[in-house]
Amino acid sequence: MSNPATTTPAPAPAVPPPVEKIRIKVDGREIDVPKMMPNWQGKLEPTTMLQACHMAGQEVPHYCYHPKLPVAGNCRMCLVEFGTPMIGPDRKPVLNEDGSPKIARSVLPYEPQTPRGAIACATPISPGMELYPNSPATKQMREAVLESLLINHPLDCPICDQAGECKLQEYSVQHGQSASRFVEEKVHKPKAVDLGPRIVLDDERCVLCTRCIRFTKDIAGDDALGIINRGSYNTISAFPGRAFDNNYTLNTVDLCPVGALTSKDFRFKMRVWFLKETKSLCTSCGTGCNITIGSREGVIHRYEPRENNAVNGPWMCDAGRLNYKWVGRKDRLTEVQSRGQRTTWATAIKEISERLASATPGSTAIIASARQTTEELYLLKRLATRLGAVTDSVPRAGNADRLLVCDDRNPNSQGARLTGITFTELGIQLAWIADGIRNGSIRHLVVFGEDVTQQGIGADLLGKLETLIASDILPNATTARAAFVLPGCAAAEKRGTFINVKGRVQRFEKAAEAPGDARPEWEVLHELVEKVTGSTGFTTIEGLFNQMAKDVPALAGLEWGKLGDTGVTVAI
Amino acid sequence: MPEQYKLILKHIDQPGYTPDIECYLRHGGYEALRQALATPPRDLPDGKQLSPQEVVREDVKASGLRGRGGAGFSAGLKWSFVDRRSGKPIYLICNADESEPGTFKDRQIIHKDPHQLIEGMVISCWANDVKLAYIYIRGEMPQGARLLNQALAEARAKGFLGKNILGSGRDVEIYVHRGAGAYICGEETGLIESLEGKRAYPRIKPPYFPAILGLYMCPTIVNNVETLCHVKHIVTMGAGEYAKLGTPNNTGTRIVSLSGDVKRPGYYEIQVGRVTLGELIYHENFGQGLKAGRSLKAIIPGGSSSKVLKAGEVFKLNRKAADGQMTKVDVPLLDLPYDFDSLQGAGTMSGSSAIIVMDDSRSMVDCLANLSEFYAHESCGQCTPCREGALWLAKGLHRLSHGEGRKADADYLQHIAQNIQGRTICAFGEAASWPVLSFVKKFREEFEARGAADEAARSKGAGPARDLKIAASPNQH
Ligand SMILES: Cc1cc2nc3c(=O)[nH]c(=O)nc-3n(C[C@H](O)[C@H](O)[C@H](O)COP(=O)(O)O)c2cc1C
Ligand code: SF4
Ligand code: SF4
Ligand code: SF4
Ligand code: FES
Repeated sequence: MSNPATTTPAPAPAVPPPVEKIRIKVDGREIDVPKMMPNWQGKLEPTTMLQACHMAGQEVPHYCYHPKLPVAGNCRMCLVEFGTPMIGPDRKPVLNEDGSPKIARSVLPYEPQTPRGAIACATPISPGMELYPNSPATKQMREAVLESLLINHPLDCPICDQAGECKLQEYSVQHGQSASRFVEEKVHKPKAVDLGPRIVLDDERCVLCTRCIRFTKDIAGDDALGIINRGSYNTISAFPGRAFDNNYTLNTVDLCPVGALTSKDFRFKMRVWFLKETKSLCTSCGTGCNITIGSREGVIHRYEPRENNAVNGPWMCDAGRLNYKWVGRKDRLTEVQSRGQRTTWATAIKEISERLASATPGSTAIIASARQTTEELYLLKRLATRLGAVTDSVPRAGNADRLLVCDDRNPNSQGARLTGITFTELGIQLAWIADGIRNGSIRHLVVFGEDVTQQGIGADLLGKLETLIASDILPNATTARAAFVLPGCAAAEKRGTFINVKGRVQRFEKAAEAPGDARPEWEVLHELVEKVTGSTGFTTIEGLFNQMAKDVPALAGLEWGKLGDTGVTVAI
Repeated sequence: MPEQYKLILKHIDQPGYTPDIECYLRHGGYEALRQALATPPRDLPDGKQLSPQEVVREDVKASGLRGRGGAGFSAGLKWSFVDRRSGKPIYLICNADESEPGTFKDRQIIHKDPHQLIEGMVISCWANDVKLAYIYIRGEMPQGARLLNQALAEARAKGFLGKNILGSGRDVEIYVHRGAGAYICGEETGLIESLEGKRAYPRIKPPYFPAILGLYMCPTIVNNVETLCHVKHIVTMGAGEYAKLGTPNNTGTRIVSLSGDVKRPGYYEIQVGRVTLGELIYHENFGQGLKAGRSLKAIIPGGSSSKVLKAGEVFKLNRKAADGQMTKVDVPLLDLPYDFDSLQGAGTMSGSSAIIVMDDSRSMVDCLANLSEFYAHESCGQCTPCREGALWLAKGLHRLSHGEGRKADADYLQHIAQNIQGRTICAFGEAASWPVLSFVKKFREEFEARGAADEAARSKGAGPARDLKIAASPNQH
């Protein structure tokens, strides 16, 4: 089973071994391609015709092939005509008059006048091979497969959710012939099948590529999907009497090359071409799956996994994927408040900074969620250093699974550790802080993103404080008792970085505007730190990150611009 | 005079011959196994020595034995492809799925002489270092499975099977596995998947050649029932003597299943290539000719998948002249020697050696519609061209054979079939398209006339009500 989240990339050998190459021709152009290439599990296997064509800049259309799934070879869309060097009776290559090797085009053994294709997705290349991904014979084979796939297809693109992302639509335009010869009755199959709590299946649109089955069995490790009936009546189905319900079902919607599998959550909500795409991260556990947020006019409509082979491969879990609705909740904190009264950011920051600056050193404690960005945690740590404040974060434990989900349900526990907000275990200072409040040594408490009443610092203790400052996104028992309430942002509403459990430093971009007064916490913190410490800092996230990288030893050498879309791993 | 030559069928149907081990032993049973186990090593001219197992494997190769399941591939060569270095166990599977329409030879052996098969299998296992073998038997043969299990128990009790067979120090175990009634389970990789407990979806080759990545991804030999029986006789007779049976490159004997419009359908064992198609149909020792007043129209020579041959066809075949030169000679249909190479030369195949004879009372359209319905029903549906094409063909033919034809249907059918053959995962694609391609090619007038007649009837406003949903139901296995 591929397990991108738990396999650390092998350290690069000092001198990479020379890659053995094979010389072949693709559409008449000579090209050297590696003899071996990674298969779906990353293991080296003989390079396939499809991989070789890709390297030559020729995409071979395909349905069933997926680089991260075991090869099935069932759709036959990738059939490609090819030739191999002829070998004479003396076992030597037969040459043309010009000395070049004579090529024997592949033909049907029983009908030598008819070209024979090989499936590019599963056929290894050999030295001297010639591939013809655009020859008339290849095109004819492709057209015929498309025609076959369409004869029983309902052709209901106008009401199909996949429209715009559909490989059947796309290839039909590029490779299809306009008129079908088919004059028979179509096969009818079940429509709008309720496969499980999150998935609906339209069997008539299915091209039976078995991607969904292979993913579910070989990647998610759940033998839940299969085929019932036979031949043209083949029908994808969940195991009879059982719902298709594991934590990875929605990946099958991404994998489905047509509109057969749809997400109940996203179905009929939005035409995909209206969606703005933003590169972001899932915040629901320490794995830090890379995602693309689909939003329109500030409203988030879906999360989709974004491929990162160092983290999540092309997958993500359903729980993480669907954990976005709270962002748009009506009861979001939208007002800056000072003692129950609405106020402005400027006033609040001024008041808070004065309070904190004048507090007795050591009388302040800071509890910062490991859901805050690394930059925010870094700024909070600077504040703490200036105030001599004790800091901690809150652990969030769950069960890990074998694929992606991590037992640490905070997205940035490593950020909390590396910035010094916590030491080893998150939360070990919480009892100490509670005692401090109880015995009066701690008079001021700054809370970012947690409800501390759930962490042994109950309402009674909060009532003893001189100052309680709480930043959060949604109201809770802590914000209800805070003197200062600072509305914060969801990750989707700001920029920043998280560091996953493996030490992958990854950045994310802003997809939507925060409601009301809510502002990215790092901006607020930046002003606060400036006011309390007197030092000026950077006003951009790039500058802030780069400065942090200079100050935090573990991040030494990193720059925002160099993180790229898939991040950089640091030692933890 | 063309005659049967009963090697495999020697005792079958003899009065008093029963499938139990005592009867088998009375007729010299398991002597070949004893003989095989006692094979001495063989010294080669180059100073090397063949182990006893290698000797038997070499003999099977030298005998010229070709697979009796369909493809006619050299059994010895197939055995030589087995990956013996992988360190994984080697499996042997006896393909007893016998489902090709027209074929009813393996079941004679299974039902009437099961120990002959078991003996052939134990020798083959021993020769290939196989400890575990399976007989994959067609689901519709429950009695056969019962008989085989009984025979296996008898063989085990006598020490021909199980641990330390006949004190040789070798273990061989054989299990019977029953299919659930699908033609595709006869395709060797579909069979393997089925044996592993999965849907019988044939595997892609490369990479899953059974000799390397077969059952449970281990090297595996798949042979037909009849093929494995021949191994016993090669051991008994010696490769040289065996190879004298039949004709060069088409050695040994073969059981032919003869059916259709002949007076005496049945199974007949012949020396390969020593009897012609015409003799098989007309000779008193075989089919005894057509029914009164009928004339020959067509022959399906090697199971329903093979390309049809038309009465009166003449083929150009390669023949070795007396001086050793290869020449082309004209061979009329009925003079075709019944062997692998002659039928291939005639553009078809001897396949599972099932001959289906059609006389002039038969409509080629209706016959083909019947065949195509079978293939539509049996396509496993894994790969696009066959899954969609097989049913498409069946629907078109159903229409044509039920008064809703078009003159253009001949071309239509041919187009569809051409887009299946050679483009599929397994040879079922050929099996489904070859009948169509050959019927339409050789009997085009009949197809066009049928379509034209329907068009004419429709233009007069006649024609049947439109109820052309194909009979095949989605819920049949
Ligand atoms: C669609 C299909 C069905 C087949 N059915 C059978 C069968 O029922 N019995 C059989 O022995 N071989 C069958 N075969 C051939 C097997 O795949 C395989 O070649 C054979 O068992 C090998 O045995 P042999 O070499 O001894 O002939 C079938 C092949 C195909 C493509
Ligand atoms: S539902 Fe989609 S992914 Fe699954 S087999 Fe059908 S087309 Fe392929
Ligand atoms: S595994 Fe973790 S990071 Fe990945 S999608 Fe699920 S909850 Fe989000
Ligand atoms: S050719 Fe037909 S029977 Fe063979 S794998 Fe493809 S669909 Fe199945
Ligand atoms: S991509 Fe489907 S057969 Fe190759």
